[in-house]
Amino acid sequence: MGRITLDKVTKSFGEVNVIPPLDLTIEDGEFVVFVGPSGCGKSTLLRLIAGLEDVSSGQIRIDGKDATDMPPAKRGLAMVFQSYALYPHMSVRKNIAFPMKMAGLPQDEQDRRINAAASALNLTAYLDRRPGQLSGGQRQRVAIGRAIVREPSAFLFDEPLSNLDAALRVGMRLEIMELHKRLDTTMIYVTHDQVEAMTMADKIVVLQAGYIEQVGSPLELYHSPRNEFVAGFIGSPKMNLLRGEVAAQHGAATIGVRPEHLAVSTSEGQWPARVGVAEHLGSDTFLHVHDHGFNDAPMTVRVDGEMPVKHGDRIFLTPDPSKIHRFDKQGLRI
Amino acid sequence: MARAVTNRRKLIVTVAAWAVGIAIFFPILWTVILSFKSEGDAIKTPLEVLSSAWTFESYATVQERSNYVRHFWNSVVISLGSTLLGLIIAIPAAWAMAFVPGKQTKNVLMWMLSTKMLPPVGVLVPIYLIFRDVGLLDTKTGLVIVLTLINLPIIVWMLYTYFKEIPGEILEAARMDGASLRNELIHVLTPMAVPGIASTVLLNIILAWNEAFWTLNLTAAKAAPLTAFIASYSSPEGLFYAKLSAASTMAIAPILIMGWFSQKQLVRGLTFGAVK
Repeated sequence: MGRITLDKVTKSFGEVNVIPPLDLTIEDGEFVVFVGPSGCGKSTLLRLIAGLEDVSSGQIRIDGKDATDMPPAKRGLAMVFQSYALYPHMSVRKNIAFPMKMAGLPQDEQDRRINAAASALNLTAYLDRRPGQLSGGQRQRVAIGRAIVREPSAFLFDEPLSNLDAALRVGMRLEIMELHKRLDTTMIYVTHDQVEAMTMADKIVVLQAGYIEQVGSPLELYHSPRNEFVAGFIGSPKMNLLRGEVAAQHGAATIGVRPEHLAVSTSEGQWPARVGVAEHLGSDTFLHVHDHGFNDAPMTVRVDGEMPVKHGDRIFLTPDPSKIHRFDKQGLRI
Repeated sequence: MARAVTNRRKLIVTVAAWAVGIAIFFPILWTVILSFKSEGDAIKTPLEVLSSAWTFESYATVQERSNYVRHFWNSVVISLGSTLLGLIIAIPAAWAMAFVPGKQTKNVLMWMLSTKMLPPVGVLVPIYLIFRDVGLLDTKTGLVIVLTLINLPIIVWMLYTYFKEIPGEILEAARMDGASLRNELIHVLTPMAVPGIASTVLLNIILAWNEAFWTLNLTAAKAAPLTAFIASYSSPEGLFYAKLSAASTMAIAPILIMGWFSQKQLVRGLTFGAVK
């Protein structure tokens, strides 16, 4: 069980309104990712759900029950923090046992759950160590273990992978996804990394300045972004946004073409341009092209890694007509 | 070659460090040496002092003339009492400022520190008169109160810095894990704050033990601590070097021993925040 409903929830810190009235429903068992640039209110929103911040107005319901004024301990949610937030003076075993000790579970049940969590997270050998003696990845696993043993109705993750190095991050990402498949429990995950959002989510909530810009599956957001902001935020490298005459030709104020939807030719095509910096990833190459005559910013094009182009080459770009996104003056999708 | 340079530099730094260390320690060492000399030998040139005979004479005289144990006991009561009272006031204060800061928290901290900038002699007369009127002159209670007030800003500042170092997320994690406020305090906050509280206690005991201005001015005989015991052997003529040294050595010995055993804790407290 873990259906969470936010009804006209607002949050202000003094004069500053961080979350304007916001409605959102998270279904039981869903993996929902809150994504947005820093300061967009995604962490605040998570903390409101956790009960670590009080809402200024509106209602939060968990499994149909009004949880707006419940203290965090009573909400039945577990949270994994960016800094891991382990208890430094306790062993791994005691860290994991802490929520069960608070709940007054019998000792044999505690031991059973600790052992199950430790073997699932490869922590069995480290149960008697202190957090200070563990690596970043191991600490994050302890934090997850501490969350699992509570058997919460939902897990809250606040940028849990930001402190890990790139290789570990990919590994932990997979582990969290595995965990979700296995436990089938609601998970709410906050990140500023759109790659994490795309790869992990059942449902992505894109936030900007406290407003929900769009809610949808990763591919919905990729294929039909509701506005320019979502179009620019989802997808890597970013979508090229072109204004002026070229947009007018398509009956829009702005058009967007993703780097992977531009065909490149050295002989002919719609838009002549000049190659600037090329980023070779091996499988793909990202070309930053200039002098395309639309606006000052370079456009990004994704080409095959084998394509023989170099700095200063003249090339021609042709957009895939079915993959052109059109936006009106307000930035909304047409 | 690089290695040789490093070694030479290491040697220079080591010698310099020892020189500074000995220079700082020298007055205490000399006091201890003089305390084992006769009054006549103690005023001779340093070389003569070192070669003269050792004696316990000064210690015997000091014991005879004044009551060390009573002064010692007064010092213990005053320094422990003011530290305990200070902690009772400062822990909640520092706790509130560290974990629930308001708009004025920084200003309150600065204001508290600013009271340390006032020369104590500036408030001596009013405090003396108040103490006289309420009957606190020459009482241990009076000194406990004064020393608590004098050292309170330092206790609050130290504890504040320690509490600040405890990440708020850990307390939030405890709350998410179902801990009540009481359990949060007992199982998470206190164990994490104990080292900080311990260093604060140690430093404050030392400060209170050595405080001389107020203890000398507000006591006569009954409540006089060891500082007054030392002062009673200092005379403008400087004729009682050996006895003064013996009294000083006896006064600083307890705190020196305590400091020696707790030096690890103390150094951590004094340099806290300097190295992370």
